Amino acid sequence: MHRFENDISIVFGGAAGQGVQTIADALVKVLKRNGYYVFACTEFMSRIRGGSNSTEVRVTEKKRSAYMHRIDFLVALNAEATEHLEGRISETTLVFAEKDHIKKKNTAGFIETPIAGFAKEAGNPIFSSTVAVGLVLGLLGISLHAFSEYLSEQFSAKGDEIVSRNITAARLGYDFGVKTALEKQIEVTIKPVETPSGELLIDGNTALGIGAVAAGCNFVSSYPMSPGTGLLTFLAQKGDDFDIVVDQAEDEIAAINAALGAAYAGARAIVTTSGGGFALMEEGISLAGVAEMPVVVHLGQRPGPATGLPTRTEQADLNLVLYAGHGEYARVILAPGTFAEAIKLVQLAFYLSDKYQTTVFVLTDQFFLDSVAAVMESEIVKMPVARHIIRTDTEYKRYRLTKNGLSPRGVPGYGEGIVKVDSHEHDESGHLTESFELRRKMVEKRLHRLESLGREALLPERFGSPKAENVVVSWGSNRGVLEEALDTLHRDDISGLHFSQLFPLNPTVGEMLDARRIVVLENNATGQFADLLNREFGVHVLRRILKATGEPFSVEEVVAALEEVA
Amino acid sequence: MRVNPFDLPGKEMGWCPGCGNYRLLDALKEALHELDIDRQNLVIVSGIGQGAKTPQYVYAHMFNGLHGRALPVAMGIKLSNRNLVVIAESGDGCMYGEGGNHFLHAIRRNCDITVIVHDNMVYGLTKGQASPTSRMGMKTPLQINGVMLEPFNPIAVSLALDAPFIARASVGDSEQTREIIKQAIAFKGFSVVDIFQPCVIFNKMNTYQWFKENTYYLPDNYDPADRKLAFEKAIETEKLPLGVIYRHDGRELYEDLLCISHIPAYEHEVSEEAFKKMLSEYR
Repeated sequence: MHRFENDISIVFGGAAGQGVQTIADALVKVLKRNGYYVFACTEFMSRIRGGSNSTEVRVTEKKRSAYMHRIDFLVALNAEATEHLEGRISETTLVFAEKDHIKKKNTAGFIETPIAGFAKEAGNPIFSSTVAVGLVLGLLGISLHAFSEYLSEQFSAKGDEIVSRNITAARLGYDFGVKTALEKQIEVTIKPVETPSGELLIDGNTALGIGAVAAGCNFVSSYPMSPGTGLLTFLAQKGDDFDIVVDQAEDEIAAINAALGAAYAGARAIVTTSGGGFALMEEGISLAGVAEMPVVVHLGQRPGPATGLPTRTEQADLNLVLYAGHGEYARVILAPGTFAEAIKLVQLAFYLSDKYQTTVFVLTDQFFLDSVAAVMESEIVKMPVARHIIRTDTEYKRYRLTKNGLSPRGVPGYGEGIVKVDSHEHDESGHLTESFELRRKMVEKRLHRLESLGREALLPERFGSPKAENVVVSWGSNRGVLEEALDTLHRDDISGLHFSQLFPLNPTVGEMLDARRIVVLENNATGQFADLLNREFGVHVLRRILKATGEPFSVEEVVAALEEVA
Repeated sequence: MRVNPFDLPGKEMGWCPGCGNYRLLDALKEALHELDIDRQNLVIVSGIGQGAKTPQYVYAHMFNGLHGRALPVAMGIKLSNRNLVVIAESGDGCMYGEGGNHFLHAIRRNCDITVIVHDNMVYGLTKGQASPTSRMGMKTPLQINGVMLEPFNPIAVSLALDAPFIARASVGDSEQTREIIKQAIAFKGFSVVDIFQPCVIFNKMNTYQWFKENTYYLPDNYDPADRKLAFEKAIETEKLPLGVIYRHDGRELYEDLLCISHIPAYEHEVSEEAFKKMLSEYR
């Protein structure tokens, strides 16, 4: 008897090019259409073909967005998959694989599954992905109807023949799944939610892209680098519909400078990259600082130093963006924790960068960007676009000294004035100067806005009792895993505090952390945010839960770490 | 004296007496005036260096950015408001050295931008080191045994990438310099103008006299549409040709290939309908 209740973790493992991603994409879509909460996350090697990759699809009664170490069903598409995922295969794991793909036969959970045979029977080994999805639906006891519909949509362009063969393949997998479930007494009980109409299934890249489009982003120049490329691709695909200028730059230095040129001319510009590419942009960030130019920078983190682990995940570039660029000036760092929040925060990033004429960073990571989850359409709010651009007159000075340090922003060609921006220290009109007195005023001007930005900063979100004496702090993509771990633990003495804005921090954060035992959870080796909390508020962090292997935290890991918190 | 709308009086000049930059600045302002360019519609982008200070002394919009990075900025501006006249101006070190990669790829893109390079074959602002265009053998405090590297040939490189307008002038001839700048600005496409100018402080080799003796004017019957002939001219070393070396009229602009409208980016609106339609794709 194999019983799975409320929550099941299904993993597909195979080589690059074997269709692991195709299977997961189809399965999550079909499950979503059947009214289930789904979450998928993926791990893959930095190669185009071969290697060992896997995607986890979680089907849950409660909405979840975290990586689960445990595997309930493993569909192994090659022999290496079981080896690659060995550490996650337990006594309760059911492994579905071809006879010769099963290397270790000592586990009771291995179920010989002729996936390729079914595919061949349906007409082509290429249908293996379809067989695999059918198999899982059969095991879960979910009707094949939605999947048949999905296959018709996907393959209609290729003709009826291909559609019907795919449906045959799905049916073969499905029947095998149903039969196996009966024979092996596999029982899965997960209640679907009331089919929520208007639910969208998206990945992290799409969430950022929707936010950028909503914000009226109309310029992106970037150089491909995993995992930052997804947003660039998204904007390229939507460029025609939303008049977005998309330029693949010759390097990241060109990308940031082109974005600043675009911003100068009045565009809402974004660049997207990862740590290494961002390192090249740093001088440009400093230019944005001195020129008081709005720009949004998306940095999808992956493990460094240097090339590091190109396709893996980490949260180790907080310090990089916090201290990026030479000289001193204001900046904002946002780090979304959910996709709905990403859509909102990208819009906020554009709003803040225009209003405060400075760089706003959106910090994500590979785990976040490549995950797939559902977002309610009603949660997607398109904020009105505020331009913060004035029509200039003949007296216009780009860097006019004002009380709050912000000078009205003019753009060339709009009004009678002349708009001069300068990377040198400059006077109010933008011409270079070496006056010490002006220098003092300009330094103050550029930093002054940090005060208002701090007051306007997002507050962290609390999970659990505000009275709990232990507070676990997380940021960015760790929101899902912290929330689920706390749910699992169900302890009154531990609450969670999740940060989506990392800098500047709202001054009231200090009070929220006061007289509490603080634990910080971050996907890096040193605890960069813990250090920042200490720098800003003198917070003494009792314990740092850290991980820098290139993998995200699993729910089990965080539960275990929090169990040790007394 | 004639009033030039691009004059910006009262600015303290950062250049040395006798510097070739003065003549280039005058030629540029006269060219702009004669072309009747609306100064409200003109942006001069520059990098860092002595030549890059030029827009500081012109009554026009200015983006004085980073060393080597004028061209990506110029492109960003042009693609966000193609109604603007965009000129990128900097020295040989900025354009061909630090910004070399951008120079190559800006030509490949072919935006309607005019690039004016103050080519004095030496680094001025950093005090006399070799530049990418320094002649071999020139001794400097850093190149103590003389420059060992083959000089960068901006004309040949531009030609190889089919830059649609390539010209060279020398500030010793103000009139030709002005005329070439006028043609370059009027040209629809990426125009490269390499302008010889002496650095009277740090370059004792390439003086006004040297440029006079080592250049010649392309004859009246020279056909700049002939790319092969242009290559011949580009690789001449005895005497260097002055004039419009190459013209490829009609090469398609990046802004046209990208279908960029004449509505400036700051007037951009997001269509609610298109946004809703996009969301529906993810249902």
